[in-house]
Amino acid sequence: MTFRDYPELGECIYSGVLENGLAVYVMPKKDYVKTFAAFATRYGGSDCRFKLGDKFIETPAGIAHFLEHKMFDMPDGKDAMTSLSALGASPNAFTGPDTTCYIFSCTDKLDESLRILLDFVMTPYFTDASVAKEQGIIGQEIRMCEDNPSHVVFENLLKAMYSEHPVRISVPGTVESIAEITPKTLYDCHKVFYNPSNMVLAVAGRVDPEAVFKAAREVVSAEAGQVPVRDTGFSESPLAASSRISRQMDVSIPSYLIGFKLKPDPAGGDALFRQNLLAELAMDYLAGPSSKLYSRLYEQGVINDSFGCGVGDEAGALYAYISAEGENCDEVADEIIREASTLSRTSGEHEYFERLKKSGIGGTLRALNSPEACCMLMINSHFFGYDAMTELDVINSFRVEDVLAFLKENLVPEKMTLSVVEPIKKVNS
Amino acid sequence: MEKAIIRTIMPGVDLIYVHTDKFKTGHLSVNFMLQLSKADAAKNALVMHVLRRGCKRLPDLKSISEELDRLYGATVDPLVRTIGEVQCIGLSANFADDRYLPGHEDILEKTVNLTAEILLDPATKGGLLRSDYVRSERDNLCDAIRSDMSDKRTYSFLRLKELMFAGEAYGTDRNGTLKSAEKIAQIALTKHYKNILSTAPVKMFYCGGADEERITQALLNAFSTLPRGEIDFSAGTDVRVECGEPRFFSEAMDVTQGKLTMGFRLGEVMYAPDYAAIAVFNAVFGGGVTSKLFMNVRERMSLCYYASSSTDRFKGVMFVMSGVEFDKYETARDEILAQLAACADGDISDGELSSAISFLVNSVRAMEDSVASLDAYYVSRSLDGLTYAPSEYAMLIGEITREDVVKVAKSVKLDSVYFLRGTDKEGE
Repeated sequence: MTFRDYPELGECIYSGVLENGLAVYVMPKKDYVKTFAAFATRYGGSDCRFKLGDKFIETPAGIAHFLEHKMFDMPDGKDAMTSLSALGASPNAFTGPDTTCYIFSCTDKLDESLRILLDFVMTPYFTDASVAKEQGIIGQEIRMCEDNPSHVVFENLLKAMYSEHPVRISVPGTVESIAEITPKTLYDCHKVFYNPSNMVLAVAGRVDPEAVFKAAREVVSAEAGQVPVRDTGFSESPLAASSRISRQMDVSIPSYLIGFKLKPDPAGGDALFRQNLLAELAMDYLAGPSSKLYSRLYEQGVINDSFGCGVGDEAGALYAYISAEGENCDEVADEIIREASTLSRTSGEHEYFERLKKSGIGGTLRALNSPEACCMLMINSHFFGYDAMTELDVINSFRVEDVLAFLKENLVPEKMTLSVVEPIKKVNS
Repeated sequence: MEKAIIRTIMPGVDLIYVHTDKFKTGHLSVNFMLQLSKADAAKNALVMHVLRRGCKRLPDLKSISEELDRLYGATVDPLVRTIGEVQCIGLSANFADDRYLPGHEDILEKTVNLTAEILLDPATKGGLLRSDYVRSERDNLCDAIRSDMSDKRTYSFLRLKELMFAGEAYGTDRNGTLKSAEKIAQIALTKHYKNILSTAPVKMFYCGGADEERITQALLNAFSTLPRGEIDFSAGTDVRVECGEPRFFSEAMDVTQGKLTMGFRLGEVMYAPDYAAIAVFNAVFGGGVTSKLFMNVRERMSLCYYASSSTDRFKGVMFVMSGVEFDKYETARDEILAQLAACADGDISDGELSSAISFLVNSVRAMEDSVASLDAYYVSRSLDGLTYAPSEYAMLIGEITREDVVKVAKSVKLDSVYFLRGTDKEGE
């Protein structure tokens, strides 16, 4: 177990890797009542094709998410969700494009809850009947997503921006694809991805680090496995596969995402983390709340406070985006591109840039108030090989020229995809 | 965590103060407490958004954003919420604690001042709120109302409320109706704003590392120009215990999944409400993953992905929401009612009761780790004069028995059911 102190942030992290490869991170937080624990595997909706033994196998879309639902069933007939709740913990789980995460929060009986969490995630148990039952429940979850405009606009963006990358695959899959799932496929996927070398445990809040390491050592008896080999055999152009995708839904106001495809630094780790932070700062410089563009478009009534910008980084797909609601998505896209081009021809506003860097401090501190956010920081740092706690130092190292170069290279029409969900156009019958 | 201290610091202005060093940021909310009404809800919501556009010293969005950047990324945002039939509007500020800033720079006073300036010293023209700001924020408010209607889960909930509480203020959403929002004019809004400033009771909530003396002094200095006339303390919630035969509503939209929303009145238990018992009943019936709704409607019958209940203790009502296939509507509805009947019959196992209590105790105690939860908890509790801390409330919950839960369940009555189904394309 090693200890790292971040005095300027008032935090410290205990971490270590067990013999079987399981990584453990603990961030104790003074005076907190609650503890948040997350047990994650680097396996998500984008990992449908991977190597088992010496050959690649294909699995149905939505299988990582399906597996997440089914992990709670235990061989003794118990349900881990119920066992954790009975102890007073609030359990849950979620699946993203590159991670599956099992979580709980509690204010009491941490050790017992933690042992249940570690045990059920490592214990596969699937039957034909339980798989069939879950097809009904997940089918309804998929329908719920299909009715949710923000879900549709996001999925469509990725589908249109990428041509080959598996981030295009919908995380919950489709009603048809999940119908192909059998207990056998679930066991295979569990075996490959739920091995300790591919997993991390993170705990934050009221917690004794020693006790977490002890529980992990005692409960996770699985031996070290191989880090799974994912299919990276796809070729993805640096340009957006298509520039516009729209869908009509029964909504009252359009919502849209404007994405810019970025080329992730192949070195990964710190370099990719740096690239992420630079992209965020550049988007903020271009279109954040104190940018010229934001106030001009807001005052013209083109945008409202639903307008925001950010960076997405999922399963190795990296993109910058603008998200908003309103009638003028094409106009906004034009304005963004034009402003980026104008800015990149200036020498930069140093005072504005330094102020933006300063303003990052509040947000970083706010995130650290939340044990949930702290766990996610530690998990991502581990899986993707960087140290999220160094964020402010990295941001401080940027110069305005870096931001301008980023805008020049990336905020260009060829890399842009616009995804919009519009109200149904009523035709007179 | 220390217990909240509540003091009246100006006429009609209470400060709820919670001291803790555990957060890295301080939190302040300033809330004007108003009667929710169909006529005024949109105006009340709009006024905060107009004020946030600019004050005398910082007359536009850009200059406010720049000031927030200088305050190390502090946030000052409009706050519009309802607590029962009280509409609570104001601003909420969050700012880095001095301890974590370079040179331990003091930003608390500056942030408090900015919050007060936005509320009290707006950018005006000819004594009126600026017409361009009113117009543009009115359009934005209309968009926000439309946006709520786009999410079908939210939409079906809002529709049920509208239909079930047709003659009651509770049927009005926190942002008001589209129809009333569209009509708001600059002069009426300015008058309305001035009236709020001088007559509305104000609840301020602070949680953070500053001592009570410092924050009180900062607030008194910053709000010294708050006009205080005759304060109207009458805002409150009308609880209706009776309801007639259940009403059933159904509408069609282009959706792939049906959205079922059911509204109940808590009934005669509201004459002398035991809030802890109501909370435990809700947890047993439909509040979490050990509840009867989750275990039966989702897990046993595989009818849905979500089926859950929630209560509003101020209004004395409960809602159940679920997403189901169109043709499973009746099955799901009947099963939900059957589970309620089971609660009323005392068909609650020891495990169900203890899981529900543990779940609630855990979530109530955990509120002490989130400023947003503490804010919502204390501001709403201050309305009915209850001052106990979350940890004390958790102890009350721990004492609830099966009989207490059954008593609540027996009193609950179905009032209205709303089902949003798909459009029957073949029938067109």
